[in-house]
Amino acid sequence: MTTKSLHKRESDLANSNRQLEILSNGIFKSGELPKFADKITETNQSPIRPKKLEILQINLGYMCNQVCEHCHIDAGPDREEIMTRETMLQCLDVIKKTKAHTLDLTGGAPEMNPEFRWFVEEASKAGIKDFIVRSNLTIIRANKKYHGLPEFFKTYNVHVVSSMPHWTRGKTDKQRGDGVFDKSIKALQELNAIGYGMPNSNLKLDLVYNPSGAFLPGDQASLEKEFKKSLLEDFGIHFHNLFAITNLPISRFLDYLIASENYEDYMYSLVEAYNPSAVANVMCTNTISVSWDGWLYDCDFNQILDLKVASKIKHIKDYNEELLHNRDIIISQHCYGCTAGAGSSCQGSVA
Amino acid sequence: MSKTYYDPADLRKFGKITEWNEELGNKFFDYYGKVFEEGKLSAREKSLIALAVAHTEQCPYCIDAYTKDGLQRGITKEEMMEALHVGAAIKSGATLVLGVQMMNQVNKLEM
Repeated sequence: MTTKSLHKRESDLANSNRQLEILSNGIFKSGELPKFADKITETNQSPIRPKKLEILQINLGYMCNQVCEHCHIDAGPDREEIMTRETMLQCLDVIKKTKAHTLDLTGGAPEMNPEFRWFVEEASKAGIKDFIVRSNLTIIRANKKYHGLPEFFKTYNVHVVSSMPHWTRGKTDKQRGDGVFDKSIKALQELNAIGYGMPNSNLKLDLVYNPSGAFLPGDQASLEKEFKKSLLEDFGIHFHNLFAITNLPISRFLDYLIASENYEDYMYSLVEAYNPSAVANVMCTNTISVSWDGWLYDCDFNQILDLKVASKIKHIKDYNEELLHNRDIIISQHCYGCTAGAGSSCQGSVA
Repeated sequence: MSKTYYDPADLRKFGKITEWNEELGNKFFDYYGKVFEEGKLSAREKSLIALAVAHTEQCPYCIDAYTKDGLQRGITKEEMMEALHVGAAIKSGATLVLGVQMMNQVNKLEM
């Protein structure tokens, strides 16, 4: 089980250029598999352009209490990059004027940013009604200072989206760390107890499923059925929707694919499952991703690969929605992850 | 020529069998696809049956394919192993049940 981030281990793959190199070499350089740019050209979908902006996704920092095997952020307790109040103030200026209706807070564990609550309160004053927090669940149980989070979420009607790779302990702990399953179950029960995820409740609780290995997620609706049945029967837990998300071949997941000699097969699976109707709805067309230090990206995968938006406006301090809108989305072979099968986004399937 | 009879990468080329007989190849794949759709049995149940049969048929491609298929459906390794034992039990049962014939023969031939 991983205990340190690639950054801390000074791994080659902590370098975004190295990751991009790998994604462009080998089977893609030799032409054995088509590059993503060629594939979307083939289906007349190049370049990918933004549609209506709906979601501002803000990464509050790479610090996390967990070190998950597949983490595309390379988050962990040893990551110190977190958003400062100064950058948050710049975000708040944008929040006041943006046409985006949803503020999606992510990390690492976004709750570990000491300004997390202040930021939510201020964003709420600035008019945000639709909050999403990407919570890893265990953070709620990690330390006394986080025990009040469920009530805090409830106060601001924050939509909680939590990772849960499987309904069994073994598979969950293997991906996310020993003891994660039990703590996650406790956290879910606490959220249920105050109304989150209950049938007909407007306190939204959704789960995210990532495959725990070198395979694609199955059908989202069938997996949701399995999750609901098992979590209810075994633990009395309710939740609303399951988002099945494909692991993208970057960062720690790329490291895993290479080390386990699954990289080529995985890329084959992604390319073979290419679905043009998923391309039409990829999340980069309705989302802007803001990094902990205020840079702007088409998505948080591009953030990790340090592929800043192809626009004059590259930083939140210079934000101009109109100018930003007029850009092409930056792509590479990792994008196949969002267009495979039923497609994949932070909101699950898209096709 | 390949030095081994089975190359895992050949599985990806399975679709190419239609190139040498399009009509029959397409009929086969249409049939195959239909068989695995949700029916009176769920697609999940069919996946586990396929995994067990893949083993009894000793088809390495099918084993790779239906192990992955099971993982994608969230089927656990314990469930997969349980399905395999069903196949193994039928295989060994099929061997042993012929023992009745042996016994019949012995009883007929011996004084």
